[in-house]
Amino acid sequence: MLAELSSSFPLIAELASWDPPALVEGKRDRGEVTLVVDPSRIVAVCRFLKERGFLRLSSITAVDWYPAEPRFEVVYHLHDIERNQRLRLKCRLGEGQSIESVTAVWRGADWYEREVWDLFGIRFENHPNLRRILLPEDWTDHPLRKDYPVHGRRYDYAQSEHP
Amino acid sequence: MSEASGQHPDTVRDAAGRRLVLNMGPQHPSTHGVLRLVLELDGETVVRAEPEIGFLHTGIEKECEQKLYHQVVTLTDRVDYLAPLSNNLCYCLAVEKLLGLEVPPLARWMRVMLTELTRLNSHLVWLGTHALDIGAMSVFLYCFREREDILRIFEMFSGQRMMTSYFRIGGLAVEPPRGWHRAVQNFIQAFPSRLDEYEELLTQNPIWLRRTKGIGYVSLEDLLDLGVTGPMLRAAGLAWDIRKAEPYSDYDKFDFDIPTRTESDVYARYQVRLEEMRQSARIVRQALEGMPSGPHVADAPGIVLPDREKMKTEMEALIYHFKIVTDGFPVPPGEVYQAIESPRGELAYYVVSDGGARPWRVYMRTPSFGNLQALPAMIEGGLIADVVAALGSMDFVLGDVDR
Repeated sequence: MLAELSSSFPLIAELASWDPPALVEGKRDRGEVTLVVDPSRIVAVCRFLKERGFLRLSSITAVDWYPAEPRFEVVYHLHDIERNQRLRLKCRLGEGQSIESVTAVWRGADWYEREVWDLFGIRFENHPNLRRILLPEDWTDHPLRKDYPVHGRRYDYAQSEHP
Repeated sequence: MSEASGQHPDTVRDAAGRRLVLNMGPQHPSTHGVLRLVLELDGETVVRAEPEIGFLHTGIEKECEQKLYHQVVTLTDRVDYLAPLSNNLCYCLAVEKLLGLEVPPLARWMRVMLTELTRLNSHLVWLGTHALDIGAMSVFLYCFREREDILRIFEMFSGQRMMTSYFRIGGLAVEPPRGWHRAVQNFIQAFPSRLDEYEELLTQNPIWLRRTKGIGYVSLEDLLDLGVTGPMLRAAGLAWDIRKAEPYSDYDKFDFDIPTRTESDVYARYQVRLEEMRQSARIVRQALEGMPSGPHVADAPGIVLPDREKMKTEMEALIYHFKIVTDGFPVPPGEVYQAIESPRGELAYYVVSDGGARPWRVYMRTPSFGNLQALPAMIEGGLIADVVAALGSMDFVLGDVDR
């Protein structure tokens, strides 16, 4: 599938020859192109793509495929305004694994990465300010994980300091 | 704090000589919701600003994963109270793309017309509150007069003024009401003259000019780097509008312009949004003239709820109704990132399906969240009195930021 994408998108061919192990797989589904990237190379790949027109980072989010392993997918949506193209990058991460922050490539990645940390508990290395963004600072868990109950964790009054 | 100590006499410092830290919000009228700003001041100059968000976080994305696909539509209303129909549209387009479902022409055009009215509604509230923040009280009253007309039109269509849920997967919730054409026409005929009224009050007003020109400047490169979209980007000179770049729902059949300015200040954003309102009115007029006829929902039994009358006479319709309401419908596995131009910028829904009847993941890329990140770049180095003007020019909705 990756070879097929490379033939229709010169940029992907260029990326594949620039750093062959970085691209794990690629697919085109419903007109949208997805590349699965080796997590250890995400910053280099993002910088490569930004230099070639993907000036805008649309968003970063994550998907939890629990109980499958590796359970997390960090999803980057890139956009090239001039050529009017969108590209989705994905990195697969296991429980407890972290990934390098792309804030050095796009400053706008800051809040998106904080949000993913807050809601999924995926750490971004070298992020300038990796704090919770939506939930209170003393929250203990990450609610968008699939094993987090939708009604929240039961508050144990017996164990509480303030009964 | 005298001249002799080497400090500017206006500099406000505490006893230890440190800069003053001022807490603005979370309850402050000009933050238009619940936003907390921590401002570090040197005299009247903002040295550092840090927005704190999350006060309105509702976990709506988690909630979406528990609902059937068609039940999520009512949740999308509640993300952005000024643009419920834009959120409805974006979600429906995403799921329709996953399903490979084609929507009939009447529904597509009706969606365009109503989302443009939503844009007018949102920009009117923006203009009214923005002017109110800066001190022009009367504009607010005028804007809300027109907004009331739009809300009446929404009520006519959907029975709701704000949480409309009028767009459903496969088309519209119910067929357009009797008399809708006249109601929209009456409004849209009068609207351009109303816009002239606002312009008379503001565009040449010396106080307005002093408060908005040259305020809140950010360069186009910085805006792109920070992930800003929508009218703010167009006020910095980039003619990028998703309605033109990636046309959805038949937008390519409409004739309209993308207004741009190059100054990238509060006044330029004001000019861009006002011109956008004129363009939206143009689109609504075209929709009125060329509105196609035909069914308002796709012919997709099992996905679209059957007609009420048919349910009384046909057994299949009754069965489909029962199945959709109780079990929903399976959506083929895959993922879709659908972006549209909401009044505030790029609104995108990332819907992931595992093949079941409930979405595995719904991510909302809301324009307010992306835009608010640029706030420190916009107000740092400026005066504290201009913070309110810069905040207003961003036009964010805190529910949209926090979700």
